[in-house]
Amino acid sequence: MAKPDYLHFLIDPNRCIGCQACMQACSECDTHRGESMIHLEYLNRAESVQTVPVVCMHCNQPTCAEVCPADAIKRTGDGVVQSARKPRCIACGNCVVACPFGVPEVYEDRKIMMKCDMCYDRTSVGKKPMCATVCPSQALFFGTREQIEQLRPLSTPVNTFQFGQQTITTQVNIMVPRRLATVAPLVDVTAAMEEKPKSRAVSLKVVPVENVEDDPFAEVEV
Amino acid sequence: MAEVPADPLRIIEKFGPHLSEMTGVRLSTSVEPERLVKTHCCFCGQQCGIQLKVRDNQVIGFEPWEDFPFNRGMLCPKGVKRYLQGSHPDRLITALRRDTSSASGFSPMPYQAAIDRVAAEIGRIQQKHGAGAIGVLGGASLTTEKTYLLGKFARVCLKTPFIDYNGRLCMVSAGAANKKAFGIDRTTNPWSDMVGTDVIWVAGSNVAECSPITTNYIWQAREQGAKIIIQDPRITPAARTCDLYLPVKPGRDAALFAGVLQIMIERDWLDHTFIDAHTSGFDQVAAYCSEWTLPRTAEMTGVPQRALMQAAEWWGTAKTSFLFHARGIEHHSNGVQNALGTINLVLASGRIGKPKCGYGTIVGQANGQGGREHGQKCDQLPGWRDISNPEHRRYVAGVWGIEEQELPGPGVDAYELFRKIDRGEIKGLLSICFNPKVSLPDNSFVTRCLEKLEFFTAIDFFLNDTAWHADVVLPGSLHEEDEGTVTQVEGRIIKINKAVDCPGDAHEDWRIIQDIAQALGRPHGFTFKNPREIFEELRLASKGGVADYSGVTYEKITQNMGVFWPCYSEDPRTGAAIDDHPGTPRLFEHGSYNPVAKGSGPFYFPDGRARFNVADYRDPVDDASEEFPIYLTTGRVVSQFLSGTQTRRIGPLVKQYAEPKIEMHPRLATKLGIADGEWATVETRRGSITLKAQVVTTIRPDTIFIPYHWAGPKSVNQVTVAAQDPISKIPQYKVCGCRVRRAKAPPEYAAVLEPQQ
Repeated sequence: MAKPDYLHFLIDPNRCIGCQACMQACSECDTHRGESMIHLEYLNRAESVQTVPVVCMHCNQPTCAEVCPADAIKRTGDGVVQSARKPRCIACGNCVVACPFGVPEVYEDRKIMMKCDMCYDRTSVGKKPMCATVCPSQALFFGTREQIEQLRPLSTPVNTFQFGQQTITTQVNIMVPRRLATVAPLVDVTAAMEEKPKSRAVSLKVVPVENVEDDPFAEVEV
Repeated sequence: MAEVPADPLRIIEKFGPHLSEMTGVRLSTSVEPERLVKTHCCFCGQQCGIQLKVRDNQVIGFEPWEDFPFNRGMLCPKGVKRYLQGSHPDRLITALRRDTSSASGFSPMPYQAAIDRVAAEIGRIQQKHGAGAIGVLGGASLTTEKTYLLGKFARVCLKTPFIDYNGRLCMVSAGAANKKAFGIDRTTNPWSDMVGTDVIWVAGSNVAECSPITTNYIWQAREQGAKIIIQDPRITPAARTCDLYLPVKPGRDAALFAGVLQIMIERDWLDHTFIDAHTSGFDQVAAYCSEWTLPRTAEMTGVPQRALMQAAEWWGTAKTSFLFHARGIEHHSNGVQNALGTINLVLASGRIGKPKCGYGTIVGQANGQGGREHGQKCDQLPGWRDISNPEHRRYVAGVWGIEEQELPGPGVDAYELFRKIDRGEIKGLLSICFNPKVSLPDNSFVTRCLEKLEFFTAIDFFLNDTAWHADVVLPGSLHEEDEGTVTQVEGRIIKINKAVDCPGDAHEDWRIIQDIAQALGRPHGFTFKNPREIFEELRLASKGGVADYSGVTYEKITQNMGVFWPCYSEDPRTGAAIDDHPGTPRLFEHGSYNPVAKGSGPFYFPDGRARFNVADYRDPVDDASEEFPIYLTTGRVVSQFLSGTQTRRIGPLVKQYAEPKIEMHPRLATKLGIADGEWATVETRRGSITLKAQVVTTIRPDTIFIPYHWAGPKSVNQVTVAAQDPISKIPQYKVCGCRVRRAKAPPEYAAVLEPQQ
């Protein structure tokens, strides 16, 4: 069984309300029951209520797998990068250091790396992942391209990311606004209390898609 | 008499709150459930559909219910972890009696002996002091069947007028305003009508934390072009990216609505056709609003003129819209006026009674809607009938098989009920699903009243803080241990299904109430065998009332995934019997017929017209002053529910936000010399509370916020003011004057209590 290829996972941090339903639901997942594999952080709670949920981005060329000395991290043919395999993982933490998104974690008590596997027990049988099912703001979404286009006209999915010299393409998409928001996100009440507030617009730099080479291993089961 | 029977620490040691965790079968991945039970979450008025995994009479987990149309599988953290309230170490599985010789203050007693004792004491008190010496407190988290039975029990069995419920702290301002303006008290449109609107105005509702599922409706509306206006003293998670944020000063909402309506009048952003054809009273409202010039409104509300103008323009020129409000504008001594202010904006726009044109109030409790319709409210009878209306009294008395004269008149609100205890007029109390010692304002007064009671019976599944004062505690049922109906935020009646049996000596609440009636020797009308029988009588009792449930059956609810009331068993036009009425998802539609207007118009008044009401601004009681210069406001966090009786016992939810903090702006913190994470003391005219400070820019610098879910020394209601709205009697939780200082030392509780205790 595999995750159907017409279903896609996307993250829209703009929608996130920080409620932690995703984390609470993640810990109910059968492959890592009792532990949440989602990182949900305030960017800076002192200055904003903005939170960002991070699940495994499921890279097409997973850095975690590339740096693993024990060859414990496998990417299945459907593009899902699995948690470390039990007999192989030596809990060295290379993957933790190398992952550009900061996703894997080593569980010292069990001597193993665990991370989001896109609820493989659910997605491989056609269900949605727990987090994207429960997410009340649908900042985490799992569905078809058509649904994404119909439901999210204001933003566009991006799955190419630049980290220094490294360009990474991923199975999971981040939703990026098509246009800069007309109103910058509110960070300080006092700005809204003033007659003439200062603008605090934030600009995002999206990596141009034409610069990205096709992933030669996209279809290869590693 | 009813002083706390032991050292509070010993009571906590025995009865909690302790934390439940995922252990045993709840952690195992190899244990399969025997069955999935489709039901709903027990926390909040959204009533999300959920499936509970059941094995060996235990709820072991959950599975999303993606077919249920309101939430389609979505859940907040409370919903995800709700299953951990079952099989809990703190669960009451026997009746308890107050016993000062026991270290924990209580000893178990046989269930029937407890029932007999309760009946004997009620009988004794009533014989000596009259029927009205017994008070009854109910709750809006109970199923509608239970609230119906409780109202009937108070009036028919106990013959006391003194019953009220904790919806008094929740829905009554909105309810009273709806009644005055529309003649009916229900959200007008299903939530799906939000998507596709031009503008959504959220007045005083921290949607992301208090009704999280509504967030997706708002975001989806925005994706499809809606502008979002949010009015709140804090930048809540939904306000962070809204199109227009109105940073209103606590307690100034009526002024804001009047000022915005004045701009709409000046610019003629009004629907004159609608106003002329379907409303009355506009001229008086316009005359009142003329006093609210733009500069004066900005000065009073703390919202800049540009934002008020923008709000008026967007609201005034929209073609479609949805406005909803919650406790943020309702929890005020001016709560009804605040809610009427929003309704005036809606009526002036003419955008109601149509697809994509809605108005609503977000109910806070699980059955905030149904719990206020069928008779546990002090002035109401089933079907949203009026206990002072002779015709209504005759009808319900007829259903109950008593003479109209036997039916008591209106009672008093929940807080006044405590004042009656204080004055010695009420000497015995029966409470269920209510924790006033945590949830009522100025709660040291509530404690003093509880201590004065001659006899206090609490029905509950955990020993809540109020029940510490009880002479007898009867072990009731959890949500998943009984069946029944509730009515959720949209006015949709849904079905709660039983997943497991009550443990030990615990009983379904309706059985306990009937057992007391039996022991009192007045079983007539209290011999229902199951909730379905209660519902069948409720259908009849509500028939012909505004909240007409007569066409609703358990089967219809299940089949249609909910039924919106009114749902008739007889065509209101012709009186002909019908069994296929589909319910009423949207109120006030053009050409709609209702039994009050009888065809003269869509609203529930004899002339069919909606009412504009002058929504008068008044300063809050105990407003900020020289002595107490800072506004204190209170509310919820997403991982906790009400007084925390359930959610402070669920480990993963406590871990998410363990203890209350004082939110304050860095400008204020700097002035006071308080750093993030330091202990700070808040003082009001009632007393003081010491908690840790959380310094954030997302709150007005003149305001602090403290969530209210905790008990004892961590309860913010130690310091809130017991001022009430003159009409709805809702307490003014959302504002009072306070002063704040850095604490010299940690509070004593910090060393002895766990975070949730």
